[in-house]
Amino acid sequence: MTHKQPKLDLSPKVSDEIRKTTCYMCACRCGINVHMKKDPLGDLKVAYIEGNRDHPVNQGVLCAKGSAGIMQHNAPSRLSSPMKRVGKRGEGKFEHISWDEAYDIAESWLRPIRESNPEKLAFFTGRDQSQSFTSMFAQSFGTPNYAAHGGFCSVNMAAAGIYTMGGAFWEFGQPDWDHTKLFMLFGVAEDHDSNPIKMGIGKIKARGARVIGVNPIRTGYNAVADDWVGITPGTDGLFILSMIHCLMKAGKMDLNYLAQYTDAAVLINGDEKSPEYGLKLRDENGKELVIDRTTGKLTPYDQKGVKPDLAATHREAGITHRPVFHQMAEMYLDEQYAPEAVAERCGISAKRIRTLAAELARVAFEESFELAHEWTDFRGEHHTTMTGRPVSFHAMRGISAHANGFQTCRALHTLQIILGTVEVPGGFRFKPPYPKPATAHPKPHCKVTPNAPLDGPHLGFVHGPDDLALKDDGTPARIDKAFTWENPMSAHGLMHMVISNAYAGDPYKIDTLFMYMANMSWNSSMNTTGVQDMLTDTDESGEYVIPRIIYSDAYSSEMVAYADLILPDTTYLERHDCISLLDRPICEADAVADAIRWPVVEPDRNVKGFQSALCDLGARLGLPAFTNDDGSQKYADYADYIVNHERRPGVGPLAGWRMGENGLQGGRGGVNASQLDNYIANGGFYVEHIPDGANYYKPWNADYQDWAVKMGLYDSPQPYLFSLYAEPMRKFQLAAEGHGDRQPPDHLRQRIKEKMSPLPIWYETDQQGNEGFTITALTQRPMAMYHSWGSQNAWLRQLHGRNPMYMPTNLMREHDLKDGDWAEVTSPHGTITVPVMEMAALNPNTIWTWNAIGKRKGAWALDKDAPEATKGFLLNHLIHELLPPKGDGLRWANSDPITGQAAWFDLKVAIKKTAQPADAQSQPNMPPINSPVASAPDELKWKVGK
Amino acid sequence: MTQLPTRTEKKLGLVIDLDTCVGCHACVISCKGWNTENYGAPLSDQDPYGADPSGTFLNRVHSYEVQPEQGDAQLIHFPKSCLHCEDAPCVTVCPTGASYKRVEDGIVLVNESDCIGCGLCAWACPYGAREMDQAEGAMKKCTLCVDRIYNENLPEVDREPACVRTCPSNARHFGDLGDPNSDVSKLVAERGGMDLMPEQGTKPVNQYLPPRLKDRLAQDAEQIDILAPFLEPVATEAKGFLNWLDKTLEKL
Repeated sequence: MTHKQPKLDLSPKVSDEIRKTTCYMCACRCGINVHMKKDPLGDLKVAYIEGNRDHPVNQGVLCAKGSAGIMQHNAPSRLSSPMKRVGKRGEGKFEHISWDEAYDIAESWLRPIRESNPEKLAFFTGRDQSQSFTSMFAQSFGTPNYAAHGGFCSVNMAAAGIYTMGGAFWEFGQPDWDHTKLFMLFGVAEDHDSNPIKMGIGKIKARGARVIGVNPIRTGYNAVADDWVGITPGTDGLFILSMIHCLMKAGKMDLNYLAQYTDAAVLINGDEKSPEYGLKLRDENGKELVIDRTTGKLTPYDQKGVKPDLAATHREAGITHRPVFHQMAEMYLDEQYAPEAVAERCGISAKRIRTLAAELARVAFEESFELAHEWTDFRGEHHTTMTGRPVSFHAMRGISAHANGFQTCRALHTLQIILGTVEVPGGFRFKPPYPKPATAHPKPHCKVTPNAPLDGPHLGFVHGPDDLALKDDGTPARIDKAFTWENPMSAHGLMHMVISNAYAGDPYKIDTLFMYMANMSWNSSMNTTGVQDMLTDTDESGEYVIPRIIYSDAYSSEMVAYADLILPDTTYLERHDCISLLDRPICEADAVADAIRWPVVEPDRNVKGFQSALCDLGARLGLPAFTNDDGSQKYADYADYIVNHERRPGVGPLAGWRMGENGLQGGRGGVNASQLDNYIANGGFYVEHIPDGANYYKPWNADYQDWAVKMGLYDSPQPYLFSLYAEPMRKFQLAAEGHGDRQPPDHLRQRIKEKMSPLPIWYETDQQGNEGFTITALTQRPMAMYHSWGSQNAWLRQLHGRNPMYMPTNLMREHDLKDGDWAEVTSPHGTITVPVMEMAALNPNTIWTWNAIGKRKGAWALDKDAPEATKGFLLNHLIHELLPPKGDGLRWANSDPITGQAAWFDLKVAIKKTAQPADAQSQPNMPPINSPVASAPDELKWKVGK
Repeated sequence: MTQLPTRTEKKLGLVIDLDTCVGCHACVISCKGWNTENYGAPLSDQDPYGADPSGTFLNRVHSYEVQPEQGDAQLIHFPKSCLHCEDAPCVTVCPTGASYKRVEDGIVLVNESDCIGCGLCAWACPYGAREMDQAEGAMKKCTLCVDRIYNENLPEVDREPACVRTCPSNARHFGDLGDPNSDVSKLVAERGGMDLMPEQGTKPVNQYLPPRLKDRLAQDAEQIDILAPFLEPVATEAKGFLNWLDKTLEKL
């Protein structure tokens, strides 16, 4: 044939309309352009999804999940109607009911609880992005039992950041991608802060900056890292403290930064006999005291012209009070932190530890630079430039999901701070509403009164034993035992303990468990089989031990089968949402921002956004926050709440387009009835930039503080010092040493004394019962999947439909394993039998698999022979929510003893080669549940337009 | 059999940076989404919720482990789609003329209405870059988003392939590799861009930028310790350290 070219239409119509909203395929919350096209019947349908170029989070790019949203929105696993259980719990047999009947049932359960004892309701909301709203429901109801999923996710990271420096990694801050020259990331699973991290890595690598990945597994970000440190899991803190040792010993610290902006110069009470021993010296106004280097006198740290002295001590009444920095020097110069002393445990050679520390020092101090931004600090001192230290860090669950995670995260922040790299050009930067010191956050509240709201917000930051959530008799006020002596600083609650504690009646029994977006009978629980048993077990009278379960989800997840009443949620394209500054915002380091979701299509099923259902239910129950004075329903739906609710005067869920004296304005302002239309017209989001000169050194920058007040982020300027020394922890130690009225139980005294060190320490996690189990087993999610949602997605499951157990070459050889062979993986708690695959780029004593690929047969509208259900598996079967019994009759949580964070990654296993199971399926192989949704199509030819 | 044009006015193609590709598959799904809704028949999926889901994709990401002679193993992510070869064997093998290379820009396309689904082109392509759509019975391949790059209904900034627009780590670049002054040609020159399997003689237009050398700090650490001076101790014990601190602070 000769060359012939058909005539092509090179400018076909792309869509009939573009609707801009916010993605919800993960927690990254990118802006998306949803291209709508008319189908042959003339109805506008979702045809194509791409990133929104104007959006602050993703600037046009979009990950695989985001682009696959069309398959999520149309998934056959979508629930279609409210349902009540008609079979046994766990069978998955349901009857469709009306919303009225669903509300009647819920009301008949919840009203008596509220009238008698509101704590009998446990309301936990999983991967909720509307916590400021759902917590309002729980608070108005009056139960102390509310939290979202932070406790089993990354509370160590969030809490350590906020207690140490008033802000954290994850979405609360970001490296200064434009200036950083060395980026070191620790334990970052591939799915986290999805697009911004990829964009940042691309940007800095294009500039030739170095990326160092510290992770036992070399995939994803660690695969493109210039240098990979395949650390032994759980030893990150030791590695970090060893680098701190090297840097301190060499004097490679930003002494000016430490003196001016941190508590390094703050004096610590040195009187061993005092009930305030180890606490910070303060003046009558509670201001920390330092010695001024100019005058040599004792003074509050924040006075004009004060130059805090890192070296000077203060002697009074025969007692010497030393600054924090003295204690740090004593602690970290100790040879126990020398690289040679830690190398073997960390799996990193001493030489390599020194090299890495030296590289941090070289870049921080030899490549420092000045930005020509004038600024004034909180002491009134004017600076003509801003000093940059181009070393930045990011870390996530890999270091936090250990029982030593809180201290490890604190150690990492200490490393950042001694290098002077937080909130400076080239370093790590906070995103508004951070910086915000722990003292500016609420404290936890737990006072229950029948028929009345709780006395304040559930979650918050404790500053000593007085803030614990204990009843008058000293027992835990909350079902999850958050804010108790077992885990005093549990800022996000302990969702992973709710079912276990409710089942055990420890600290008390509950009546109704109400959950949203939390797959607790599957991948979101430790000890999955055990949890299924707890949810289905009955007492001597034949009643379920956990009497009633209400669950809301958009999809036929594994948890649906274990609920008594189902409130079907919408897909993310069918709903209103606000990505609010009151919650988990989408700000950038240079800008304040928030966003909405809005129904770009109306649901075609009898479903309702969960938050709208709560507006109805709250009104039926007469909850004060959801009713007007005349008893009528206050918010018609969630959209009505988003626009009309005011948390404080002039501050609502959305900061954009509020009503000011001279028209619409950002930040503070009155209710604007057209606010959602303003958002939609702007592409679904609001952004306002921080003025130049206010955008670094924010915790101490007078211009930033004033701007933050103007925007409604604070009600008054809140400058503060970073807390290298965590005084609240010392207060718990003092209690354990016998000081004060609120005393820990004796069995916890020693642990509190040891673990609550106010300066970061590293300790080996509790290894009792681990004898013979020497290999660490981990999970992470692939970049193209999020939690369990990916498995129902026809496109994404073709990328990651299987999850073998990846094993390092040495272990494969040692156990005579080849790809596709099967192995028994055993922990002190259980055994799974799974297919294996070799991976060389892996710590030699670590095995891992993709999380949440494994599915229960019958769930998610997948065929019963889908590989997710036959070959896929969960590591959760090997992880117990409790530590092995110690013979003392007590239930010890498998959690961080400081924050209660679930210690997923402390898992230790043994492996053994085995024959392929007779059914060629991963074990345990659970029986199918009945699917409450119709079966899925056997072919897709998706096309909306002609 | 089908003839190739004697020359093309441009050589439009992709430059893929293996140094920054994190293997996220964003390009794969963005491509699937655009090309399902746009050019030709939708990219179908067979058994999409079943035991062996198998759909048509125009772009896939493969991952390879590499074990260097010294040092730790590495993982390389390798996105692969049609390379729009200058000597495209998939075109010359086509019995109906359905496969063709455009004169204007060198893009290799399939005219689906002329495609008889014989599959010869897929056999001829040494890269495995063509996939037969099982529902349509027609051969599908990367179009370089020919319905985007000139599309006047799109803002100018969006007139690039969907995979390039969406790539979060900026590992994908689009342009005229026939123009030595284009951004993509300069990038290829700067970074030592390479043909994929040049021995096949297909003269691929798409180029790959190789990963930069890895684990240099570890290697340096094993050789001379150029970073050692940065950790020269100021004192070996706390007391000495605090004396040093006193003296240092005086200088501040």
